[in-house]
Amino acid sequence: MRAVCWYGTKDVRVENVPDPKILNPGDAIIKITSTAICGSDLHLYDGVIPSMKEGDILGHEFMGEVMEVGSAVKKLQVGDRVVVPFCISCGQCYYCNHQLWSLCDNTNPNAAINAKLNGFSGAGLFGYSHLYGGYAGGQAEYARVPFADVGPIKIPEGLTDEQVLFLSDIFPTGYMAAENCNIQPGQIVAIWGCGPVGQFAIRSAYLLGAEKVIAIDNVLERMAMAQQGGAAVVSSDEDVHEILKEMTGGRGPDACIDAVGMEAHGSTYDVVKQVVKLETDRPYVLRQAMRICRKGGTLSIPGVYAGFLDKIPLGAAFAKGLTFKMGQTHVHRYLEPLLRLVQDGKIDPTFVITHRVALDEAADAYEIFAKKTENCIKVVLKPHEQPPPALERRARELESLPSEEIAMELPRSKRLHEK
Amino acid sequence: MPTRTNHLPARPAVRSGTGKKIVKACTINKSPEELFRFWRRFENLPRISRHLVSVTEISDMKSHWVARSPADNTVEWDAVIINEHPNNLIAWESTPDSEIKNAGSVRFEPAPAGQGTEVTVSLEYVPPAGKLGAMIAKLYGEEPELQVEDDLNRFKALMETGEIPTTEGQPVGGDQKTTRRKRGAK
Ligand SMILES: NC(=O)c1ccc[n+]([C@@H]2O[C@H](COP(=O)([O-])OP(=O)(O)OC[C@H]3O[C@@H](n4cnc5c(N)ncnc54)[C@H](O)[C@@H]3O)[C@@H](O)[C@H]2O)c1
Ligand SMILES: [Zn+2]
Ligand SMILES: [Zn+2]
Repeated sequence: MRAVCWYGTKDVRVENVPDPKILNPGDAIIKITSTAICGSDLHLYDGVIPSMKEGDILGHEFMGEVMEVGSAVKKLQVGDRVVVPFCISCGQCYYCNHQLWSLCDNTNPNAAINAKLNGFSGAGLFGYSHLYGGYAGGQAEYARVPFADVGPIKIPEGLTDEQVLFLSDIFPTGYMAAENCNIQPGQIVAIWGCGPVGQFAIRSAYLLGAEKVIAIDNVLERMAMAQQGGAAVVSSDEDVHEILKEMTGGRGPDACIDAVGMEAHGSTYDVVKQVVKLETDRPYVLRQAMRICRKGGTLSIPGVYAGFLDKIPLGAAFAKGLTFKMGQTHVHRYLEPLLRLVQDGKIDPTFVITHRVALDEAADAYEIFAKKTENCIKVVLKPHEQPPPALERRARELESLPSEEIAMELPRSKRLHEK
Repeated sequence: MPTRTNHLPARPAVRSGTGKKIVKACTINKSPEELFRFWRRFENLPRISRHLVSVTEISDMKSHWVARSPADNTVEWDAVIINEHPNNLIAWESTPDSEIKNAGSVRFEPAPAGQGTEVTVSLEYVPPAGKLGAMIAKLYGEEPELQVEDDLNRFKALMETGEIPTTEGQPVGGDQKTTRRKRGAK
């Protein structure tokens, strides 16, 4: 089959690899009809996540059709159409029983090594480094899905792939980030990062009753999309602290969401330290959020951090009695309720897609997404479709431009204070 | 099953102060009875321990152990059960005539608030001098603690879910195929 393989920093290749096989009785093999590239994949692409090996198959946001099931699989049947959560969970351990699916005890074959670093290991993840199990990912024509009766959710007739694909990760991730804020009536939520996770966090915060959402980024088309979701936007190039204070009547946001993670831009200090490996992560956003968050407020962190952070103002967090919530998303917990929101028309997750390409175009797509060229916000790969001829592709690219132009027309100061 | 304590050999396999000791614990969401039943059949242990090739029960108390060593050699020894409390404790050690001096025990205690069973494994071995010593040291890997923890994780996964998580045999890109297969074979 064809698969997207990691070979190093900024080096992914689409290659022929053997087809996956059933390896355990609870496994299923899925024929992948749609799969996406995630901001988390960019951390791998940029080489800041340890324990990747050359040839590893990437991808953790995927869906498709069940081709084959192992002897212990009871609920899934060949032919079922399913979305697969990015974390692999056994359904039997203490953590699974307590809805803490991404902390599953039994799915990471390399848990002992992970525990040396983190104290204890979380669940195995698809396509996300050997510390997280080294599982082959879903940016491929087929994938092996362990514990197939526990994770994959069957999709009812009448919904397109693109309506449900993001149940695999970014919709639940944005939703859990907002839920972790414990939003009360009248509360203001500030969200750093208008990438796909930030976009879903904005919409989820409103669904959960936020009074106002303020979104921070400096990529125009992403800020425009945040505005379309009802957020007031602030440029991260400005004095975020002062502007947020002003926009919240001097109180600070009741809750802050860091939907950026370990590769925040804006701090030369962190860039240098990360490059010379004196620091694993660039916690620029985290510091900002800790300082501006309202007293007694909550900091929700869906953005990925992987190691050791410098100059974290824990004193500020302590002085203000902040609550911290974070972690890999417990995707399984959100599958049913969020599918229902899609079915009821409360949200249409397709809004975030800007690029649809064949799997064979993945190397290009990674570059476009990483550099944020062509107004790229979210890429969906189609493993069983052929790449279109070059001309047709160019026409499609041009087509995806217009609506964001509006944001570019707005004068900078107006954009800043838009409510 | 009644509690039995064998007559201790005149000299314990691992005299105090001479061996290396590894103790690891985990909590498994199963009853002590179920876990004890699996472990008491030593023949089951190669399923959870990567470095064991086979364990054969010679009698109710005595067993023959074969373990992998570097360069795909094997090392062998006999062990006897020296202490046993049904559903709670099994302790064994190598017989006095064994070249490989080692001892082990596993304890099963109910965990609080219905969280299953706390399992504590303790292994002791004497790293002998010379060539054999080097083999034994390697037997437990460069990081013996890690290996034992790994085995315990596999035991837990098998007991709780009926399978052991693995990626061995999954597809990988181009050049890695060969390296990984080599690594898998150890
Ligand atoms: N917790 C989870 O389970 C989970 C799941 C999915 C993604 N993630 C993580 O969430 C984060 C976002 O994912 P994404 O797919 O939206 O990624 P993305 O890379 O598309 O988006 C990140 C956005 O942050 C913006 N940004 C960078 N520095 C900033 C700053 N200083 N201030 C404000 N904005 C800034 C970028 O311009 C970009 O728009 C990543 O770290 C990703 O790994 C976590
Ligand atoms: Zn993702
Ligand atoms: Zn579990």
